[in-house]
Amino acid sequence: MLQGWVIVTVSFAYIGLLFAVAWFADKRAAVGRSVISNAWVYSLSLAVYATAWTFYGSVGRAATDGVGFLPIYLGPTLTMLLGWFVLRKMIRIVRLNRTTSLADFVASRYGKSALIGGLVTIIAVIGILPYISLQLKAVSSSFQILLGYPEIVMPPKVGSMVVMQDTAFYVALFMALFAIAFGTRQLDAAERHEGMVAAIAFESIVKLIAFLAVGVYVAFFMYDGLGDLFARVANRPDLEILMAPLGGAAGGYASWVWLTVLSMFAIIFLPRQFQVAVIENTDERHLKRAAWVFPLYMLAMNIFVLPIAFGGLLHFPQGEVDADTFVLTLPMVQKSEGLALLVFIGGLSAATGMVIVETIALSTMICNDLVMPLLLRARAFRLAEQRDLSSLLLDIRRAAIIALLMGGYFYYLLAGEAYALVSIGLISFAAAAQFAPAVIGGLYWKGGTRLGALAGLTAGFSVWFYTLLLPAFARSDWLGVELVNSGPWGIEILRPTQLFGLAGLDPITHAMIWSMVANVAAYVIGSVLRRQSAAEHVQATMFVDVFQQTGEPGSPWRGATSASALQTLVGRFLGPARAAELFTAYARQRGVMGVDELEGDRDFVRFAELQLAGTIGAACARTMVATVAQEEPLGIEEVMTIIDEASQVIAYSHRLEEKQQELESATRELQAVNERLKELDRLKDDFISTVTHELRTPLTSIRAFSEILHDNPDLDGAERQRFLGLVIKESERLTRLINQVLDLAKIESGLAEWRTEELDMREIVLEALDATSAIFKSRGVRVETMLSHTAPTVMADRDRLMQVLLNLLSNAAKFCTPGSGRVDVRLAAREGGVRIEVADNGVGISPEYQALIFEKFRQVGDTMTDKPSGTGLGLAICLRIVGHFGGRLWVESEPGRGSVFSFDLPASAGIPHDSRLLASA
Amino acid sequence: MKKPSLRAHRLMSVFLLGCLLFNYPILALFNVGSTAAGVPVLYAYLFIAWGGTIALAAIVIEGGS
Repeated sequence: MLQGWVIVTVSFAYIGLLFAVAWFADKRAAVGRSVISNAWVYSLSLAVYATAWTFYGSVGRAATDGVGFLPIYLGPTLTMLLGWFVLRKMIRIVRLNRTTSLADFVASRYGKSALIGGLVTIIAVIGILPYISLQLKAVSSSFQILLGYPEIVMPPKVGSMVVMQDTAFYVALFMALFAIAFGTRQLDAAERHEGMVAAIAFESIVKLIAFLAVGVYVAFFMYDGLGDLFARVANRPDLEILMAPLGGAAGGYASWVWLTVLSMFAIIFLPRQFQVAVIENTDERHLKRAAWVFPLYMLAMNIFVLPIAFGGLLHFPQGEVDADTFVLTLPMVQKSEGLALLVFIGGLSAATGMVIVETIALSTMICNDLVMPLLLRARAFRLAEQRDLSSLLLDIRRAAIIALLMGGYFYYLLAGEAYALVSIGLISFAAAAQFAPAVIGGLYWKGGTRLGALAGLTAGFSVWFYTLLLPAFARSDWLGVELVNSGPWGIEILRPTQLFGLAGLDPITHAMIWSMVANVAAYVIGSVLRRQSAAEHVQATMFVDVFQQTGEPGSPWRGATSASALQTLVGRFLGPARAAELFTAYARQRGVMGVDELEGDRDFVRFAELQLAGTIGAACARTMVATVAQEEPLGIEEVMTIIDEASQVIAYSHRLEEKQQELESATRELQAVNERLKELDRLKDDFISTVTHELRTPLTSIRAFSEILHDNPDLDGAERQRFLGLVIKESERLTRLINQVLDLAKIESGLAEWRTEELDMREIVLEALDATSAIFKSRGVRVETMLSHTAPTVMADRDRLMQVLLNLLSNAAKFCTPGSGRVDVRLAAREGGVRIEVADNGVGISPEYQALIFEKFRQVGDTMTDKPSGTGLGLAICLRIVGHFGGRLWVESEPGRGSVFSFDLPASAGIPHDSRLLASA
Repeated sequence: MKKPSLRAHRLMSVFLLGCLLFNYPILALFNVGSTAAGVPVLYAYLFIAWGGTIALAAIVIEGGS
């Protein structure tokens, strides 16, 4: 039954079935009833992760490593649990930007940089070639093995064949045609492939059924259940190590952990996984169910891997049959033809599913992020002037698919025989993992810049190339194994598989460690080295804060173009008919009758850019739209935000400075107040001690005389009279002193009563002179007056002013030489008030004492005659009284030539002296 | 909005649990040559832990309204 023609016919029938599924899905999508908009289909489409590698290779790996194949599936299980956080964010961004591929996504994030897009594409293409070659190898060898039925013959070595006779070559060719037929029939503005996704989901079911069928067959029909199988293995000492393989020769736990991390990245960053999980996602809520359905699928896919591997190891003599083929050869050796055919179809399913999605994803990248940017720039092609580019786009993609599969085939020729299936696939996994820092960093760190992404990708990719791809080539005759064994130019430290002497790890772990170190370090250093450009900043914010945004992202375009120019532009890439359709729909949505009535505003240009982005990628779309519309270097809102931020910072620093100055001046004021307080405190102490001293002097006299009177009752009458007179005099002095102290305290505390009235100073001066005339007369002092009649009235307390004048006059009388003394009293009008001067020709006051005499209890001692005849408070009180009425009291004096005490008082509010007199008359 | 956020946190917890279960040193506890009910201990552990994690995720996601 397993003749060549049967196998080929069944294969083509199966492929025909796939086309039917795809056709059906496309048709349903056209009428708006999508079959893939379903969480189950979404989960199954994610299972494109399980390729021929899983189908055949897991068993091969299990045969040498036991459970060592499992991290590849545990990692994605963990990632899917995080899907709601990470993948949903990516899906949202892709939806808003109409991102077409992983390269487009990364380029968009870093300022729509065509350079980044190109670099990602190159890394993806080179990185994925080994993976494609793996599929070719698996399909062609399974086909050859099946052809050999009923014998079990391992396929011949690659090198021993001519290309034209090599099955793998034809497999590659057919797969290319198949992928072209699937993925490049039409250009879609959203770059969605409903039919393809439906077919992939269908294939996932087929490969699962096929694999489970083999598993059940081996475990329960060939052997007597799992217990029997494991018991037999336990009896084989050479296989016993597989029961507990960890920590053994295969790198142990480090290898296990790194494989888990690697596959956690792979489930997102392999181009085909990004395609089905993010680009083709129709509803982000599907992620929720996929978070457990997809892991469950993988668990089902893996549960029989170990039993099949053990079955193969038990059944076949060591080394005779490649463990990678156990899945197929076990049914064959049991003559179970139908099952063998089912297995072949399952493997074909796994391989074609991977190849179709992978090549479509990669061809989109190659077209949008590598070829088109170059073509648009190369003036020789005059591409910008051609009318309809849609067929050119499709042709580029078709050519890319063929090139990819041929590339995969040649990799297979060069390095395909060196490794088992799993090892080949892991090389690609490690390449895809290089995108992780740039993408994850880009999703969560606004500071990641274009320079950082470029540096990280380049560094990571270079290390990957050196530590993984180069050794793979070196295993072939093409490069020679010398390089791997002794390093380039014999430098041992640079050996690709033991870089810098890091030995004892398996190649993948070794390469992952170094490439991730280089990648992350370069990404971070590159990012913090230079400030990112404004355009990058806008994109970074848009990506990182995607969930904080409402609706469409801001448009960077100035509305300065016509609707027809935009339609022509979009038409050139999507085809004029499709463009007309889109624009008419848009016009209707905007509420106008036709496309001609649309205004070329920002939103409209943004709409056109999105349509283009969905076809040719973000970077190209921006370039193309820029040919018809002007780009705002930065949205006004972004500029405002940036200015706002800057000016806020400046304002803050200004305010800070002001506050600081305020604080400083407040501190200074406080210090001054504190000084003043201390001074006052000191003055108070001085005052108290002085007052008590001043009080004690008369008290002592009174007591002394009283004692004399008391102790000498027989004192004669005249003496007694004299002593009593002294006691009375001292008592009066005491009373005066106390009155003055109280008076001063009242004035200073503000408790004194002031009876303010309009006063004629002349009247008061005359009254004061009258009161003191007796003193002057008794001391023989002549008084001269010169009182102006025009002096204005003042507002003051009559008694207080009298007190001031009496004090000054009595002082003058006191310090004049008796007999020849002369006192001049002058009253004159001053600008805005009056001035009263009391001048004497007495001893005078030396300059250093002139300020002091106004202080409390200051009596200029050395000018005193015998003992203090005043209280030392008079002038202090005068100063305060004059000050209270807004005036000023001061002294001018020279020792030996007399003193002049003067004070000014302001005039009462504008009423001249004469008018007052008239009014009162 | 309260429920989904709680659910997200639960999913995150399941993720952390998975990280713990499929990692050294828990793994090393089961890396023994013996069998349990005829099945190698490590193999049985990994699939039970894996299935348990998936079941937990399914309960978190699908369970409760």
